[in-house]
Amino acid sequence: MGPLTFNGIISTEWNYVIALLIGLAFGYILEASGFSSSRKLIGVFYGYDFVVVRVFITAVSVSMVSLLYLDYLGLLDFSQLYVLPTYVNAQVVGSVIMGIGFLMGGFCPGTSLTALAIGKIDGIIFTLGIWLGIFGFSEIYPFIEDFYVSGYMGNVTIMDQFGVDPYIFAFGFAVFAVVAFTAASFIRKRVKEVQY
Amino acid sequence: MEAINKQFRHVYWNPYFGGLMLGLLITATFYVTGRGIGATGGTKATVVSAVNAVAPTYAKNQDFYSKYVDEDKNPMNNWLVFETLGIIIGAFLSGSIKGRVGFRTQHAPNITSKTRLIFALAGGLFFGVGSQLARGCTSGAALSGSTVLSLAGFITMIGIFGTAYLFAYFFRKLWI
Repeated sequence: MGPLTFNGIISTEWNYVIALLIGLAFGYILEASGFSSSRKLIGVFYGYDFVVVRVFITAVSVSMVSLLYLDYLGLLDFSQLYVLPTYVNAQVVGSVIMGIGFLMGGFCPGTSLTALAIGKIDGIIFTLGIWLGIFGFSEIYPFIEDFYVSGYMGNVTIMDQFGVDPYIFAFGFAVFAVVAFTAASFIRKRVKEVQY
Repeated sequence: MEAINKQFRHVYWNPYFGGLMLGLLITATFYVTGRGIGATGGTKATVVSAVNAVAPTYAKNQDFYSKYVDEDKNPMNNWLVFETLGIIIGAFLSGSIKGRVGFRTQHAPNITSKTRLIFALAGGLFFGVGSQLARGCTSGAALSGSTVLSLAGFITMIGIFGTAYLFAYFFRKLWI
């Protein structure tokens, strides 16, 4: 039963090989979908290209539903999967900062790596910016530590927080996906085409 | 410019096919490792190891670095570092096959390359800081986090995309 490395089915010596292979597939999929182009990515906020919505929401739906199915079939223990801890204050502020960063830079960290890989200078500079941002954050960390850990709620899921049934939630998310794709096509037809 | 446009033709996958592949990859990653995919952790490891190399005593005692510095373990000896190397190799393979590899700066016609690069640097800086506060970026927190229905994942997803939609108007000159 999965997760395989947790339950000793795959030994930890394979970890780095697996990491490299997963990264390779991730980079390949992102680049092949057009995520190495900042102007293609940013189109989602101006209505001329919705590749981000289509790829991102499809990926979340597929993965959410398939993980729940694997759990249902007894092939995977969903409760053993890593749940990111919630620090609500720091996370709200952090994601607002990232949203502005997205509008300025046209990439997010994963997509900038794919841009860097194919020689985009803007991707290289963006990645350098991330490096400097993490360095700057680490240097000022002692002064903002209190804020960094504020709003801690533990490793909570949507089920823990709102008491919703995971199957119903996943179904609702799939419905939301279809609505979002339809809306995206509708808007795309009404927005002036941008050449890039 | 014409030649470049021809040279780097935009022939991409169908986005739903790309999404399906990405979704299956995330499922496979969780199935094998119990964790999701990240994109900032590898860069962070290089920051930590650079500081550790220049000022090891400082790195050991400072509150943030000390979390990631271990007496007998190299910070670069990290799952996310290998995954990040994989991302770069994978993207290079895909770009090579489709003939998209080459040094260039992509920007909207009404801004200069210099403006584009200044804002790219600023955007990266913001993502660097924001990802540390949020404990993950678009990949690690928003994508992988929401897949396993974690509250933090949805907060980050809504936060990033909601903010970008709200403020898109003010940055339109950079893009259209």
